Amino acid sequence: MRGGAAALLLIAATMASGDERLSGTAFMSPETRAMQADDLANPGMFAVLEGARLWEETAGVSGRSCAGCHGDAAETMKGVAARYPAFDEASNAAVDLTARVNLCRTRHQDADPLPPEDPRLLALTTFIGHQSRGQKIEPDPDPRLQPWRELGARLFRTRMGQLNFSCANCHDDNAGRHLAGNPIPQGHATGYPIYRLEWQSMGSLQRRFRNCLVGVRAEPFAYGSREFIALELFLADRAAGMTIETPAVRP
Amino acid sequence: MRRVVAAAAAICAAGGVCAGEGMPPLTSTPGDPERGRAIVIDRETGLCLLCHSGPFPEVTFQGDLAPSLEGVGARLDAAALRLRLVDSRRVNPDTIMPPYHSTDNLNRVGAEWRGKPILSAQQIEDVVAFLATMTEVAQ
Repeated sequence: MRGGAAALLLIAATMASGDERLSGTAFMSPETRAMQADDLANPGMFAVLEGARLWEETAGVSGRSCAGCHGDAAETMKGVAARYPAFDEASNAAVDLTARVNLCRTRHQDADPLPPEDPRLLALTTFIGHQSRGQKIEPDPDPRLQPWRELGARLFRTRMGQLNFSCANCHDDNAGRHLAGNPIPQGHATGYPIYRLEWQSMGSLQRRFRNCLVGVRAEPFAYGSREFIALELFLADRAAGMTIETPAVRP
Repeated sequence: MRRVVAAAAAICAAGGVCAGEGMPPLTSTPGDPERGRAIVIDRETGLCLLCHSGPFPEVTFQGDLAPSLEGVGARLDAAALRLRLVDSRRVNPDTIMPPYHSTDNLNRVGAEWRGKPILSAQQIEDVVAFLATMTEVAQ
Protein backbone atom coordinates (compact mmCIF):
# COMPACT_ATOMS: atom_id res chain seq x y z
CA MET A 1 0.00 0.00 0.00
CA ARG A 2 2.78 2.35 1.04
CA GLY A 3 4.56 1.34 -2.16
CA GLY A 4 1.46 2.00 -4.21
CA ALA A 5 1.09 5.46 -2.69
CA ALA A 6 4.76 6.25 -3.27
CA ALA A 7 4.51 5.07 -6.88
CA LEU A 8 1.41 7.21 -7.39
CA LEU A 9 3.23 10.24 -6.01
CA LEU A 10 6.13 9.58 -8.34
CA ILE A 11 3.77 9.19 -11.29
CA ALA A 12 1.89 12.37 -10.29
CA ALA A 13 5.16 14.31 -10.02
CA THR A 14 6.28 13.10 -13.42
CA MET A 15 2.95 13.87 -15.05
CA ALA A 16 2.94 17.35 -13.54
CA SER A 17 6.10 17.97 -15.54
CA GLY A 18 4.21 17.00 -18.69
CA ASP A 19 6.27 13.85 -19.23
CA GLU A 20 4.53 10.55 -18.63
CA ARG A 21 7.64 8.44 -19.11
CA LEU A 22 8.79 6.47 -16.10
CA SER A 23 12.02 4.71 -15.31
CA GLY A 24 11.91 1.10 -14.12
CA THR A 25 12.44 2.46 -10.62
CA ALA A 26 8.80 3.60 -10.52
CA PHE A 27 7.65 -0.02 -10.91
CA MET A 28 9.74 -1.48 -8.08
CA SER A 29 8.87 -2.29 -4.49
CA PRO A 30 9.70 0.36 -1.85
CA GLU A 31 12.41 -1.96 -0.52
CA THR A 32 14.20 -2.23 -3.86
CA ARG A 33 13.86 1.50 -4.46
CA ALA A 34 15.38 2.17 -1.04
CA MET A 35 18.25 -0.20 -1.85
CA GLN A 36 18.99 1.69 -5.06
CA ALA A 37 18.74 5.12 -3.45
CA ASP A 38 21.21 4.36 -0.65
CA ASP A 39 24.79 4.15 -1.90
CA LEU A 40 25.72 2.11 1.17
CA ALA A 41 23.02 -0.48 0.35
CA ASN A 42 23.18 -0.40 -3.47
CA PRO A 43 25.21 -3.48 -4.54
CA GLY A 44 26.03 -1.71 -7.82
CA MET A 45 28.30 0.64 -5.88
CA PHE A 46 30.79 -2.23 -5.51
CA ALA A 47 31.14 -2.19 -9.30
CA VAL A 48 31.61 1.58 -9.21
CA LEU A 49 34.42 1.19 -6.65
CA GLU A 50 36.05 -1.61 -8.62
CA GLY A 51 35.75 0.47 -11.77
CA ALA A 52 37.46 3.40 -10.03
CA ARG A 53 40.34 1.09 -9.16
CA LEU A 54 40.59 -0.29 -12.71
CA TRP A 55 40.48 3.26 -14.10
CA GLU A 56 43.85 3.89 -12.45
CA GLU A 57 45.35 0.48 -13.27
CA THR A 58 47.65 0.05 -16.26
CA ALA A 59 46.64 -2.50 -18.90
CA GLY A 60 48.35 -4.11 -21.87
CA VAL A 61 51.78 -3.65 -23.43
CA SER A 62 51.42 0.16 -23.42
CA GLY A 63 51.55 0.34 -19.64
CA ARG A 64 48.84 2.97 -19.83
CA SER A 65 45.82 3.32 -17.57
CA CYS A 66 42.50 4.95 -18.45
CA ALA A 67 43.48 7.78 -16.11
CA GLY A 68 46.81 8.13 -17.95
CA CYS A 69 44.95 9.57 -20.93
CA HIS A 70 41.58 10.67 -19.53
CA GLY A 71 42.65 11.99 -16.13
CA ASP A 72 40.02 12.51 -13.46
CA ALA A 73 36.88 10.65 -14.56
CA ALA A 74 34.70 12.89 -12.37
CA GLU A 75 35.50 15.66 -14.84
CA THR A 76 36.32 13.99 -18.13
CA MET A 77 33.64 11.27 -18.08
CA LYS A 78 30.81 13.43 -16.75
CA GLY A 79 27.97 13.29 -19.30
CA VAL A 80 29.74 10.80 -21.58
CA ALA A 81 27.40 7.87 -20.89
CA ALA A 82 24.47 10.24 -21.48
CA ARG A 83 25.54 10.56 -25.14
CA TYR A 84 26.17 6.90 -25.98
CA PRO A 85 25.91 4.95 -28.29
CA ALA A 86 28.02 7.27 -30.45
CA PHE A 87 29.57 7.22 -33.90
CA ASP A 88 33.13 5.93 -34.12
CA GLU A 89 35.07 7.42 -37.04
CA ALA A 90 37.74 4.75 -37.27
CA SER A 91 35.34 1.81 -37.52
CA ASN A 92 32.68 3.89 -39.30
CA ALA A 93 30.03 2.41 -37.01
CA ALA A 94 27.93 3.06 -33.94
CA VAL A 95 29.57 1.91 -30.71
CA ASP A 96 28.22 1.67 -27.20
CA LEU A 97 30.19 2.41 -24.04
CA THR A 98 31.19 -1.23 -23.67
CA ALA A 99 32.60 -1.31 -27.18
CA ARG A 100 34.33 2.03 -26.57
CA VAL A 101 36.17 0.66 -23.52
CA ASN A 102 37.38 -2.30 -25.56
CA LEU A 103 38.38 -0.05 -28.48
CA CYS A 104 40.45 2.00 -26.03
CA ARG A 105 42.08 -1.19 -24.79
CA THR A 106 43.00 -2.47 -28.25
CA ARG A 107 43.87 0.90 -29.87
CA HIS A 108 45.54 2.78 -27.05
CA GLN A 109 46.50 0.37 -24.31
CA ASP A 110 47.66 -2.47 -26.55
CA ALA A 111 45.57 -4.82 -24.41
CA ASP A 112 43.18 -7.63 -25.30
CA PRO A 113 39.49 -6.72 -25.38
CA LEU A 114 37.57 -7.94 -22.35
CA PRO A 115 34.89 -10.58 -23.06
CA PRO A 116 31.19 -9.66 -22.85
CA GLU A 117 29.89 -9.37 -19.27
CA ASP A 118 33.40 -9.71 -17.84
CA PRO A 119 33.22 -8.26 -14.31
CA ARG A 120 36.09 -5.86 -15.16
CA LEU A 121 34.27 -4.58 -18.24
CA LEU A 122 31.06 -4.15 -16.24
CA ALA A 123 32.98 -2.39 -13.45
CA LEU A 124 34.54 0.09 -15.88
CA THR A 125 31.30 0.83 -17.72
CA THR A 126 29.42 1.14 -14.41
CA PHE A 127 32.08 3.53 -13.10
CA ILE A 128 31.94 5.60 -16.31
CA GLY A 129 28.12 5.51 -16.35
CA HIS A 130 28.03 6.60 -12.72
CA GLN A 131 29.86 9.82 -13.63
CA SER A 132 26.66 10.82 -15.47
CA ARG A 133 24.25 9.92 -12.66
CA GLY A 134 21.66 12.67 -12.31
CA GLN A 135 22.28 13.98 -15.82
CA LYS A 136 19.79 13.89 -18.67
CA ILE A 137 20.13 11.37 -21.48
CA GLU A 138 21.19 13.33 -24.53
CA PRO A 139 21.61 11.01 -27.55
CA ASP A 140 24.29 11.70 -30.13
CA PRO A 141 22.57 13.56 -33.01
CA ASP A 142 25.24 12.51 -35.56
CA PRO A 143 23.35 11.92 -38.85
CA ARG A 144 25.66 9.00 -39.62
CA LEU A 145 23.87 7.12 -36.82
CA GLN A 146 20.58 7.24 -38.74
CA PRO A 147 20.77 3.64 -40.08
CA TRP A 148 21.21 2.36 -36.50
CA ARG A 149 18.35 4.52 -35.24
CA GLU A 150 16.05 3.11 -37.93
CA LEU A 151 17.15 -0.48 -37.39
CA GLY A 152 16.62 -0.11 -33.63
CA ALA A 153 13.14 1.35 -34.07
CA ARG A 154 12.23 -1.45 -36.46
CA LEU A 155 13.59 -4.22 -34.22
CA PHE A 156 11.68 -2.82 -31.25
CA ARG A 157 8.45 -3.49 -33.13
CA THR A 158 9.46 -6.80 -34.72
CA ARG A 159 7.76 -9.89 -33.36
CA MET A 160 10.24 -12.62 -32.52
CA GLY A 161 10.45 -16.13 -31.14
CA GLN A 162 8.09 -19.04 -30.74
CA LEU A 163 5.91 -16.88 -28.47
CA ASN A 164 5.86 -14.16 -31.15
CA PHE A 165 6.34 -10.99 -29.08
CA SER A 166 7.94 -7.68 -29.98
CA CYS A 167 9.53 -5.39 -27.39
CA ALA A 168 6.68 -2.93 -28.06
CA ASN A 169 3.99 -5.55 -27.34
CA CYS A 170 5.00 -5.46 -23.68
CA HIS A 171 6.92 -2.23 -23.04
CA ASP A 172 4.76 0.14 -25.13
CA ASP A 173 1.35 -1.54 -25.18
CA ASN A 174 1.24 -3.27 -21.79
CA ALA A 175 3.60 -1.34 -19.51
CA GLY A 176 2.25 -1.18 -15.98
CA ARG A 177 0.38 -4.45 -16.39
CA HIS A 178 1.69 -7.66 -14.83
CA LEU A 179 3.39 -10.67 -16.34
CA ALA A 180 2.76 -13.41 -13.78
CA GLY A 181 2.60 -10.78 -11.06
CA ASN A 182 5.69 -8.83 -12.19
CA PRO A 183 5.03 -5.27 -13.33
CA ILE A 184 6.16 -4.59 -16.90
CA PRO A 185 8.27 -1.42 -17.01
CA GLN A 186 8.18 1.04 -19.90
CA GLY A 187 11.56 -0.05 -21.19
CA HIS A 188 13.52 3.11 -20.42
CA ALA A 189 17.11 2.01 -19.97
CA THR A 190 18.19 4.74 -17.57
CA GLY A 191 20.30 2.79 -15.09
CA TYR A 192 22.62 0.41 -16.95
CA PRO A 193 24.75 -1.45 -16.13
CA ILE A 194 22.34 -2.62 -13.43
CA TYR A 195 22.59 -4.82 -10.38
CA ARG A 196 19.76 -7.28 -10.97
CA LEU A 197 18.54 -9.17 -7.91
CA GLU A 198 17.49 -12.11 -10.10
CA TRP A 199 21.07 -12.37 -11.43
CA GLN A 200 22.72 -11.60 -8.12
CA SER A 201 25.24 -9.67 -10.21
CA MET A 202 25.83 -6.70 -12.46
CA GLY A 203 24.77 -6.97 -16.08
CA SER A 204 24.65 -4.91 -19.24
CA LEU A 205 21.63 -3.78 -21.23
CA GLN A 206 22.59 -6.38 -23.83
CA ARG A 207 22.36 -9.11 -21.21
CA ARG A 208 18.88 -7.83 -20.39
CA PHE A 209 17.94 -7.90 -24.11
CA ARG A 210 19.14 -11.50 -24.28
CA ASN A 211 16.99 -12.42 -21.26
CA CYS A 212 13.88 -11.01 -22.93
CA LEU A 213 14.66 -12.70 -26.25
CA VAL A 214 15.19 -16.09 -24.59
CA GLY A 215 11.97 -15.45 -22.65
CA VAL A 216 9.98 -15.24 -25.88
CA ARG A 217 11.94 -18.26 -27.17
CA ALA A 218 13.82 -16.28 -29.82
CA GLU A 219 17.41 -16.70 -30.95
CA PRO A 220 19.18 -13.87 -29.12
CA PHE A 221 21.44 -11.52 -31.09
CA ALA A 222 25.14 -11.75 -30.26
CA TYR A 223 26.83 -9.46 -27.75
CA GLY A 224 28.18 -6.43 -29.59
CA SER A 225 26.03 -7.12 -32.66
CA ARG A 226 24.82 -4.32 -34.90
CA GLU A 227 21.26 -5.18 -33.86
CA PHE A 228 21.94 -4.72 -30.15
CA ILE A 229 23.81 -1.44 -30.65
CA ALA A 230 20.86 -0.27 -32.79
CA LEU A 231 18.37 -1.22 -30.05
CA GLU A 232 20.51 0.58 -27.47
CA LEU A 233 20.52 3.72 -29.62
CA PHE A 234 16.76 3.53 -30.17
CA LEU A 235 16.23 3.16 -26.41
CA ALA A 236 18.51 6.16 -25.78
CA ASP A 237 16.36 8.22 -28.17
CA ARG A 238 13.24 6.92 -26.47
CA ALA A 239 14.57 7.93 -23.04
CA ALA A 240 16.10 11.24 -24.17
CA GLY A 241 15.80 13.82 -21.40
CA MET A 242 15.27 11.21 -18.69
CA THR A 243 17.72 11.04 -15.79
CA ILE A 244 20.61 8.56 -15.62
CA GLU A 245 20.53 6.36 -12.50
CA THR A 246 23.61 4.14 -12.94
CA PRO A 247 23.99 1.90 -11.07
CA ALA A 248 20.29 1.02 -10.88
CA VAL A 249 19.01 -1.96 -8.89
CA ARG A 250 16.33 -4.05 -10.58
CA PRO A 251 14.30 -7.07 -9.36
CA MET B 1 -11.86 -12.64 -44.20
CA ARG B 2 -11.23 -9.57 -42.06
CA ARG B 3 -14.94 -8.68 -42.11
CA VAL B 4 -15.99 -12.19 -41.13
CA VAL B 5 -13.60 -12.02 -38.19
CA ALA B 6 -14.94 -8.64 -37.13
CA ALA B 7 -18.50 -9.94 -37.29
CA ALA B 8 -17.62 -12.95 -35.15
CA ALA B 9 -15.86 -10.69 -32.66
CA ALA B 10 -18.96 -8.55 -32.43
CA ILE B 11 -21.09 -11.58 -31.60
CA CYS B 12 -18.58 -12.60 -28.91
CA ALA B 13 -18.52 -9.09 -27.48
CA ALA B 14 -22.29 -9.20 -27.13
CA GLY B 15 -21.87 -12.21 -24.83
CA GLY B 16 -22.83 -15.85 -25.13
CA VAL B 17 -21.14 -18.54 -27.15
CA CYS B 18 -19.33 -17.37 -30.28
CA ALA B 19 -20.98 -19.03 -33.21
CA GLY B 20 -19.73 -19.51 -36.71
CA GLU B 21 -16.02 -19.49 -36.03
CA GLY B 22 -14.09 -22.48 -34.92
CA MET B 23 -12.00 -25.48 -35.68
CA PRO B 24 -12.80 -29.19 -35.53
CA PRO B 25 -10.83 -31.46 -33.16
CA LEU B 26 -7.17 -31.98 -34.07
CA THR B 27 -7.07 -35.62 -32.92
CA SER B 28 -9.45 -38.52 -32.60
CA THR B 29 -8.64 -38.94 -28.89
CA PRO B 30 -10.89 -36.73 -26.77
CA GLY B 31 -9.07 -34.19 -24.62
CA ASP B 32 -8.48 -34.88 -20.94
CA PRO B 33 -9.60 -31.88 -18.83
CA GLU B 34 -7.39 -32.86 -15.90
CA ARG B 35 -4.27 -32.91 -18.07
CA GLY B 36 -5.50 -29.68 -19.65
CA ARG B 37 -5.69 -27.94 -16.29
CA ALA B 38 -2.13 -29.03 -15.49
CA ILE B 39 -0.94 -27.53 -18.79
CA VAL B 40 -2.80 -24.26 -18.17
CA ILE B 41 -1.22 -23.65 -14.76
CA ASP B 42 2.30 -24.76 -15.73
CA ARG B 43 4.60 -21.78 -16.27
CA GLU B 44 6.70 -23.52 -18.89
CA THR B 45 4.19 -25.68 -20.75
CA GLY B 46 1.01 -23.66 -21.20
CA LEU B 47 2.34 -20.35 -19.88
CA CYS B 48 -1.32 -19.22 -19.78
CA LEU B 49 -1.24 -17.56 -16.36
CA LEU B 50 1.74 -15.38 -17.27
CA CYS B 51 -0.83 -13.23 -19.12
CA HIS B 52 -4.26 -14.50 -17.99
CA SER B 53 -5.75 -14.86 -14.53
CA GLY B 54 -8.37 -17.30 -13.33
CA PRO B 55 -9.70 -19.39 -10.45
CA PHE B 56 -6.44 -21.24 -9.76
CA PRO B 57 -5.80 -20.75 -6.03
CA GLU B 58 -2.48 -22.60 -6.11
CA VAL B 59 -0.99 -20.10 -8.59
CA THR B 60 -0.04 -17.06 -6.53
CA PHE B 61 1.21 -14.81 -9.32
CA GLN B 62 -1.05 -14.42 -12.34
CA GLY B 63 -1.00 -12.01 -15.24
CA ASP B 64 -3.30 -9.17 -16.27
CA LEU B 65 -2.30 -8.68 -19.91
CA ALA B 66 -5.25 -10.72 -21.12
CA PRO B 67 -8.84 -11.45 -20.05
CA SER B 68 -9.54 -13.71 -17.07
CA LEU B 69 -10.16 -17.32 -17.97
CA GLU B 70 -13.06 -17.44 -15.50
CA GLY B 71 -16.20 -18.43 -17.38
CA VAL B 72 -14.35 -18.76 -20.69
CA GLY B 73 -16.20 -22.01 -21.37
CA ALA B 74 -19.48 -20.09 -21.29
CA ARG B 75 -18.21 -17.42 -23.65
CA LEU B 76 -16.64 -19.69 -26.26
CA ASP B 77 -17.51 -23.18 -27.43
CA ALA B 78 -14.89 -25.90 -27.93
CA ALA B 79 -14.40 -25.14 -31.63
CA ALA B 80 -13.90 -21.44 -30.95
CA LEU B 81 -11.52 -22.15 -28.06
CA ARG B 82 -9.53 -24.50 -30.29
CA LEU B 83 -9.19 -21.92 -33.07
CA ARG B 84 -7.92 -19.32 -30.60
CA LEU B 85 -5.41 -21.70 -29.08
CA VAL B 86 -4.10 -23.05 -32.37
CA ASP B 87 -3.53 -19.59 -33.88
CA SER B 88 -5.24 -16.59 -32.35
CA ARG B 89 -3.92 -14.41 -35.19
CA ARG B 90 -6.68 -15.90 -37.31
CA VAL B 91 -9.23 -14.15 -35.09
CA ASN B 92 -7.24 -10.97 -34.44
CA PRO B 93 -4.09 -10.31 -36.49
CA ASP B 94 -2.76 -7.98 -33.76
CA THR B 95 -3.26 -10.37 -30.86
CA ILE B 96 -0.40 -10.87 -28.39
CA MET B 97 -1.58 -14.42 -27.71
CA PRO B 98 1.13 -16.81 -28.93
CA PRO B 99 0.12 -19.27 -31.67
CA TYR B 100 0.09 -22.50 -29.68
CA HIS B 101 -0.11 -24.91 -32.58
CA SER B 102 1.22 -23.05 -35.60
CA THR B 103 4.76 -22.41 -36.75
CA ASP B 104 3.75 -20.14 -39.65
CA ASN B 105 5.13 -16.61 -40.01
CA LEU B 106 7.38 -16.68 -36.99
CA ASN B 107 10.70 -14.86 -36.81
CA ARG B 108 14.05 -15.80 -35.21
CA VAL B 109 12.64 -18.74 -33.30
CA GLY B 110 15.35 -20.11 -30.97
CA ALA B 111 17.15 -23.25 -32.15
CA GLU B 112 15.62 -25.29 -29.36
CA TRP B 113 12.09 -24.39 -30.45
CA ARG B 114 12.42 -24.03 -34.22
CA GLY B 115 9.78 -25.82 -36.28
CA LYS B 116 7.96 -26.99 -33.16
CA PRO B 117 4.59 -25.72 -31.97
CA ILE B 118 4.24 -24.61 -28.32
CA LEU B 119 1.73 -27.41 -27.63
CA SER B 120 1.15 -30.71 -29.44
CA ALA B 121 -2.21 -31.48 -31.05
CA GLN B 122 -3.19 -33.69 -28.12
CA GLN B 123 -2.16 -31.04 -25.60
CA ILE B 124 -4.38 -28.54 -27.44
CA GLU B 125 -7.29 -30.99 -27.13
CA ASP B 126 -6.57 -31.40 -23.40
CA VAL B 127 -6.57 -27.62 -22.85
CA VAL B 128 -9.75 -27.17 -24.93
CA ALA B 129 -11.45 -29.92 -22.90
CA PHE B 130 -10.47 -28.19 -19.66
CA LEU B 131 -11.38 -24.65 -20.71
CA ALA B 132 -14.78 -25.88 -21.91
CA THR B 133 -15.51 -26.95 -18.33
CA MET B 134 -14.85 -23.41 -17.04
CA THR B 135 -18.44 -22.24 -17.38
CA GLU B 136 -18.92 -20.81 -13.89
CA VAL B 137 -18.39 -17.23 -12.84
CA ALA B 138 -18.10 -16.39 -9.14
CA GLN B 139 -20.85 -14.08 -7.87
